[in-house]
Amino acid sequence: MSLLQVKNLVVEFPSRHGTLRALDEISFDIAPGEILGVVGESGAGKSLTGASIIGLLEPPGRIASGQILLEGQRIDNLNNDQMRSIRGRKIGAIFQDPLTSLNPLYSVGKQLTETIQAHLPVSDQEARQRAIALLQDTGISAAAERIDHYPHQFSGGMRQRVVIALALAAEPQLIVADEPTTALDVSIQAQIISLLKNVCKKRGAAVMLITHDMGVIAETCDRVAVMYAGRIAEIGPVHQVINHPEHPYTVGLMASIPDMDVDRERLNQIDGAMPRLNAIPKGCAFNPRCPQVFDRCLQERPDLAAVSRSGQNTPTQVACWLHHANTLEGVS
Amino acid sequence: MSVPNSPQNSQALVIARDLAKTFDVSAPWLSRVIERKPRQLLKAVDGVSFEIERGKTLALVGESGCGKSTVARLLVGLYEPTRGGLTFDGQDAHAAFKSSDAKAMRKRIQMIFQDPYASLNPRWTVEAIVGEPLHEHGLIKDEQELKDRVAELLKSVGLSALDMVKYPHQFSGGQRQRISIARALATAPEFLVCDEPTSALDVSVQAQVLNIMKDLQRERGLTYLFISHNLAVVRHVSDKVGVMYLGQLVELADKHTLFDNPQHPYTRMLLDAIPKMKDTGRARTPVQGEVPNPLNPPLGCSFNPRCPLANERCRNERPVLKSFKGINVACHAVEEGRH
Repeated sequence: MSLLQVKNLVVEFPSRHGTLRALDEISFDIAPGEILGVVGESGAGKSLTGASIIGLLEPPGRIASGQILLEGQRIDNLNNDQMRSIRGRKIGAIFQDPLTSLNPLYSVGKQLTETIQAHLPVSDQEARQRAIALLQDTGISAAAERIDHYPHQFSGGMRQRVVIALALAAEPQLIVADEPTTALDVSIQAQIISLLKNVCKKRGAAVMLITHDMGVIAETCDRVAVMYAGRIAEIGPVHQVINHPEHPYTVGLMASIPDMDVDRERLNQIDGAMPRLNAIPKGCAFNPRCPQVFDRCLQERPDLAAVSRSGQNTPTQVACWLHHANTLEGVS
Repeated sequence: MSVPNSPQNSQALVIARDLAKTFDVSAPWLSRVIERKPRQLLKAVDGVSFEIERGKTLALVGESGCGKSTVARLLVGLYEPTRGGLTFDGQDAHAAFKSSDAKAMRKRIQMIFQDPYASLNPRWTVEAIVGEPLHEHGLIKDEQELKDRVAELLKSVGLSALDMVKYPHQFSGGQRQRISIARALATAPEFLVCDEPTSALDVSVQAQVLNIMKDLQRERGLTYLFISHNLAVVRHVSDKVGVMYLGQLVELADKHTLFDNPQHPYTRMLLDAIPKMKDTGRARTPVQGEVPNPLNPPLGCSFNPRCPLANERCRNERPVLKSFKGINVACHAVEEGRH
């Protein structure tokens, strides 16, 4: 059974000029121990999806309809107190900027033991031992000594390790990592990604990895969801989506990444920009930028449908009318 | 420094010689006296030399804090070098920045900044933003000419002349960066210093901006210094690449030589650190350690604490940039053939 199920999730922002739909009927699930990548450009709704799952949607944003189920239990309609006992205990979170996700006034050890004791019935001494072990697991040398240091005494990469330790503190089954390496340099990024992958594997925790970096997705994830204008455009096994992208947006996105092995005079570009929330076009949201647009795209909105490819057990699902001609039946 | 004033193309347009910039980051005087602390000097850039030929692109890459942006600011005259100098088209640029010719020099060197949200005045219209350099340098006679020139500039970066009356907030990130490029092009400069021009942009938009920059270079024969931490982008835009580490150039070579046959262990590490798209699921071999504190750099080669090839000599003696078969590398291991 899936660990996390998101069903037809709709997130809306009421505003003076009407209601803006930021997430429009998103559905996906995450299996236990699986790493799902969520990729897309700024404003595609990646972070909002993550925030909805951990129950940290900023008002006035609200879940207008749809369901989020964790181990079969609905968590989208819980009140603050109930959500608080799940957040940290069952779902851990890692955010982009490690400096703002740590409290500068408390030592790292205090923040870790506080989190551990909030969720697990352990003594002070035990909590501290656990905290030291966690820091060691996340690759911080001399953990017993560094546990009493304050966040400003750590470098950016080390801080992100502390944040990962914090997210793992109460041994959650799901980690939502929102751009965990974007603020870091490439050499540190490689360290953090392999750390995240290894510690989650060791503990059997599933990860929802939100990023705009296709390279990070490629080496880390099992499956990937490509988002565009509040919808999932394509979702499928990572090698499939990267090597044989089906949706014209994914094709364009992959082609616009400068390639290390090929010399090209010009990069492929997708003309135009992602539409604003108040001006999402009728039909498929990608239609004004799509090179293969036809009549149906301007009128009707495509839903995710499986694309058959020989030898595929888990087919890629694509929301595009181009692929609806050769749709498999019976996959939702 | 006396360099002959030769307008020929044979000589490089931009020549940096031993550029260095030291910042004083000491505590205030009173605290220093009370706590008996010494002065603290941060060597942001420590002896960087390179040449850029007319119409070519030199890219500088490196991690945060390696001094890339300080080099950019030195080149446009926003900082004065602590040591060394810059020759632009045969003229000593920093002497020119201080003399009465400052405006003429500034007209020829322009800069594009990283953050298109911070580098445009939100209260000015696009016309005022792009037109300001034209006013400042007295390049236009009347309002109509200003409008015509701004319209032309906006068109050259793929925007519409009708965008003139809008404000920066009405544009997306990529469009704003194009406005910055239009502003930088207003004075018809020969040399553009681009400090991470696409780092704040999404990939599909990054492709648009990089294409425009390449097209403009071809049309106008522009010379670029392109600063980035993204090696794939650097490989796409540059002719020559310099790799910086803790304020120094550790490798400087032709693009193809550097990417096909990297010499310095740090360059190899950076290349290995790029996530590979083709083989999914293959983990990178992460390099241990982090960039040391520039206030207290290690003795010898600054890369030695992270270097797999470091030996006694590397820990004590600082390597200098030397040429081996067309590649300039600062590494004892490469010099001794231990790599």
